[in-house]
Amino acid sequence: MEGAHDMGGVAWSDPVRPEPNEPVFHAEWERRAFAITLAMGMPGGWNIDMSRFAREDRPPEDYLAKSYYQIWLAGLERLALERGLIAPDEIEAGKQLHPAKPVAKTLSPDGVAAMLHRGGPTERDPTRPARFAVGDRVRTKLIDPPTHTRLPRYVRGHAGIVERVLGCHVFPDSNATGAGENPQWLYTVTFDGRELWGEATDSGLKVSVDAWEPYLERL
Amino acid sequence: MTNPDHDHHHHDHDHSELSETELRVRALETILTEKGYVDPAALDLLIETYETKVGPRNGARVVARAWTDPAYRARLLKDATPAIAELGYAGRQGEHIVAIENTRALHNMVVCTLCSCYPWPVLGLPPVWYKSAPYRSKAVKDPRGVLQDFGFQLPEGTKIRVWDSTAEIRYLVLPMRPSGTEGWSEERLTELVTRDSMIGTGLPKQPHEVA
Repeated sequence: MEGAHDMGGVAWSDPVRPEPNEPVFHAEWERRAFAITLAMGMPGGWNIDMSRFAREDRPPEDYLAKSYYQIWLAGLERLALERGLIAPDEIEAGKQLHPAKPVAKTLSPDGVAAMLHRGGPTERDPTRPARFAVGDRVRTKLIDPPTHTRLPRYVRGHAGIVERVLGCHVFPDSNATGAGENPQWLYTVTFDGRELWGEATDSGLKVSVDAWEPYLERL
Repeated sequence: MTNPDHDHHHHDHDHSELSETELRVRALETILTEKGYVDPAALDLLIETYETKVGPRNGARVVARAWTDPAYRARLLKDATPAIAELGYAGRQGEHIVAIENTRALHNMVVCTLCSCYPWPVLGLPPVWYKSAPYRSKAVKDPRGVLQDFGFQLPEGTKIRVWDSTAEIRYLVLPMRPSGTEGWSEERLTELVTRDSMIGTGLPKQPHEVA
C-alpha cells in the first residue's frame, strides 16, 4: 500500500541522530507495549504480515505523528478489536466489560524462551523450480496494491540483477490478507545507485532489496 | 515526499501526550490480563530477556569468533544461521540470517526502509535512530551522508552497498578486524565490536580505545 511507512529515498531534512548509551526502552510504557504485542501473537493468532499491515495502514499524518511503540500499540489495538478480543468501550473504561473470547493458546512464563527460540521461520519447501538464477537481469513490476506489500516504492519499475536466491518463502502480500502463505521464490535483487536515483549519484553505490518472484519480470 | 514540519514528531512528545499513551497501554494490559489473554509474569520475562540477555554482545561474540577462526568465518559467510546457532543464538527475528563482509573495497550497511527489521538474536532490539525516518529514508540514497551523521568518512575508493531488509532475511555486517590486534584473544576482541559496526553505520573500536 501507499503509505508514510515506505520511506526509502524520501527527502528528510533531519540528520540521523545516534543516541550515546541508548537504553533498550525509553519509558515503562514502551516495555509494556512491546511485551503485550509479543505475547498477544499467540492468543491473537495473527501473523507478522498482518501485524505489519495493522501498523502501516493509517493516514501519513497519523503514522508520522506517532512514536515507534505508539504505532505498535495502535496496531495491536486494531488487531484485537477486529477479532473481537477487546471492545472499544473496554479501552474507554480501562477494564474488562465483556466475557473473554475463547483462544487457542496463551503465553505462559514457562513458554517464553521456547516461543522466542522457535521464532517464525518463513522458508517453505518449493513446489516448483525458481524462475530466476544468480546473474539474471530483472525488472521490478510497477505494482501499487491497496493492501500489504514488501516491494518498496523506490525500487518499483527499476532494473536490477539477481544476486542471491534465498529459497521459497511465505508471500507477505497473501499472508497479510489471510489468503494463506502462498510461498514464492525470494531473491536478493541489486540495483545500481544511478538506476534508482539518477546519474549524479555516487557511482560506487549499490542497493539491494529482497524481492519475491511475483514482484519481478525478466529483462 | 517532504515533511518540513516533522521536527515535533516521533521523539519529542509533550507530557500530556505521553500520559495519554501511558494510560492507554495500562488500560490495554489490564483488559488483556483480566481476560486471561496475557500473563503479566510472561510479559516481565519478555522485557527482561531483551533488556539483559539478548543484545549486541551476542553479535560481538560471533564477529570475534569469525576474526579468530577462519573455518568459522567461512561457515558464517556461507550460511550464517547455523553458524550463529553454534554460539547459542537463534530464533525470533533471526530465523534466516545472512552475514556480509566488509573489506577495504566494499562497505556494507543494513536498513529496513519499510519498518524496523533487525537481527534480534545477535543485536537485540533496534535503536531509535535505526527505526527513525531520517535513517530509513536516507540510507538507501545517501549512505555516505548517513556515515557522516555518525561522524566518519568512508575512503573515496571504497564502494558502498546497502541491504534493505524487505523480507524475513536479517543481515549482519562482519566488520574488518582492526589492525594492531594480532594475537588478541577472542574475548578481548569482542570489546572492540560495536553494535553500529555490525549494522554498517560505524567501525569497530581501535585497540587504544579499550586499552
